[in-house]
Amino acid sequence: MPEIAAPAIIKPRRPHILARMFRALRLPMNDPFAVAGLLIYLLFIIVAVFADQIATHDPTEILYTPAYDLAADLRPGQDGFLMGTTSLGRDIFSQLVFGSRSALLIGITAAFMVALIGSVIGLVAGYFGRWVDAILMRLADIAFGIPFLPFVIVLAAFLKPSIWNVVIAMALVLWRDTARVIRSQVLTLRTRGYVEAARVAGSSDFKIILRHIAPNILPLSFLYGSIAIGWAILTEASISFLGFGDPDSISWGYMLQDAFASQALAKQAYYWFVPPGICIILVVSAGFFITRGYENILFPKLSR
Amino acid sequence: MKNFKAVGGRLLQLALVLWAVVTILFVMFRLMPGNPMAAYIDPTFTLEQQQQLMAQFGLDKPLWQQYLIYLGNLLQGELGQSFRYREPVGQRIWILLPNTLILTFSSLIVAYVFGILAGAYLAWRRGSWVEQAAIPLVLTTRAMPEFWLGMVMLAIFSFSLGWLPAGGTRAPGAEYSGFLDLYTSRDFLAHLALPAATLAIYSQGLPLLLMRSNMLDVMKEDFVTMARIKGLSNWTVVVRHAARNALLPVMTSFAIAVGYQLQGNVVVESVFSWPGLGRELVNAVAASDYPLAQGAFLMIALVVIFMNLLADLLYAFLDPRISHA
Repeated sequence: MPEIAAPAIIKPRRPHILARMFRALRLPMNDPFAVAGLLIYLLFIIVAVFADQIATHDPTEILYTPAYDLAADLRPGQDGFLMGTTSLGRDIFSQLVFGSRSALLIGITAAFMVALIGSVIGLVAGYFGRWVDAILMRLADIAFGIPFLPFVIVLAAFLKPSIWNVVIAMALVLWRDTARVIRSQVLTLRTRGYVEAARVAGSSDFKIILRHIAPNILPLSFLYGSIAIGWAILTEASISFLGFGDPDSISWGYMLQDAFASQALAKQAYYWFVPPGICIILVVSAGFFITRGYENILFPKLSR
Repeated sequence: MKNFKAVGGRLLQLALVLWAVVTILFVMFRLMPGNPMAAYIDPTFTLEQQQQLMAQFGLDKPLWQQYLIYLGNLLQGELGQSFRYREPVGQRIWILLPNTLILTFSSLIVAYVFGILAGAYLAWRRGSWVEQAAIPLVLTTRAMPEFWLGMVMLAIFSFSLGWLPAGGTRAPGAEYSGFLDLYTSRDFLAHLALPAATLAIYSQGLPLLLMRSNMLDVMKEDFVTMARIKGLSNWTVVVRHAARNALLPVMTSFAIAVGYQLQGNVVVESVFSWPGLGRELVNAVAASDYPLAQGAFLMIALVVIFMNLLADLLYAFLDPRISHA
């Protein structure tokens, strides 16, 4: 019986790496609002992935009615356009569906950048202290002195119009909040017994940060990441609205700018400019709800 | 003595941040594609005239010299000439600044009065259905794009109901003899109502949530328990003992909110064609009027930086337990 012959090799079964990471995130699954937030994210991700199948028209195509007239300013349901059409004869519903793509693309990449840069800077500053900390925290002070939206506008004006301008600007400026919070967390983690023990046992700084400190701040990074998703989507919408967005990509901000410039307010075309706003609110508040669920886990003193 | 040293350190930090922001601004605007003079120079100018103009603006000198001239000019409060208006940038900014400040402060004061009262009330009614319903609602107002809220307000109150004017600061053709005359006129206040309400709805969430969580913290402290044991009425405990202490951090957050509001103004002013700094910045950037864009940006950044400083100092002075470490 060869199986029994080698008991020394049998290790305790460790869960899959993905399962462990998922658990390390400590997702707030018992908070109803947080669960609702996660479901909203899920819904928008599905819509973004299957946008080609869900949309009824090409969002940029100029459409015509069956009577061969320009399908401009049609009300919802007229001539089979679910949510009506824009002044240039484009389908609002399809634009809304495709808008979820750029929103999620920008939101998730910006959140990733902000969480990653903020976490690394916070970890390094908090762990190494002294002059490293001093330099990095002065950089954070400078970042706090830069007015964010004006900065994005100027940046967008002299880079090529692209949806990535918002991501670049956020990566350059908005890491500051995450870095400060994570730094202060690392300052307390650094003095814990198990970190001392690892240091005495001869672990390298790199290993201590990666194995012993980073896993503990992962939920905080995720929390700031989910706030950043909302910030990114709101910023992109503002930039597009002001006319510094990418004219070739359909986003909710672009839709609102189009509606505003086409006098949709005076035309009472609520069906045109209300839905993109609702979509933005849903995605951004989903991030807030998840954040709140997290705060109850991370800072439990508030809940009774 | 220790306090003076701490404040000195904080002022040194302020100088560093100011210098860094000014330098970033210089680099950004000098890296702009194309000739910064392109918008200013008429194509009919001769080459000689163009070079003369370049020399006048110091653009023929090496970059480091331009940088020193720029720093020197800033120290003297010299912001250059606007390409579009053909007038000093400083003058233009002084015309627009009152409009922006009035909008910012009127909306923030409304937001803070409401937010503080509602936040204290919600903390008092912790666990009730009012609180359960109010908190998600408040979070939703924080999730709204400000300009979209402005659009909806415009569509309802201006275009559908026709109650309030759609933009600007005064009715077309209206003339006012003076500063005070304009800002206290019915006409001006009617124009102010919608943009200020938009900003107030967006901003009330911060003081409300802060006040609520501070109240919840304070209510657990010993001196509140002590007040209860003394047999003081619920009202006295909540208002006289708890609320006063919970108010401190909310008041310091006001300074930070002014800085944030100024950034948010950029979009809201554009929606309501409000002639303020933010809208001017957007227009200047769109029209490649770099000196004006740079000046408006700098002005907004200055307010943000000083408000951050004010918040820090206020916090330390109001609550002696906080030390400048």
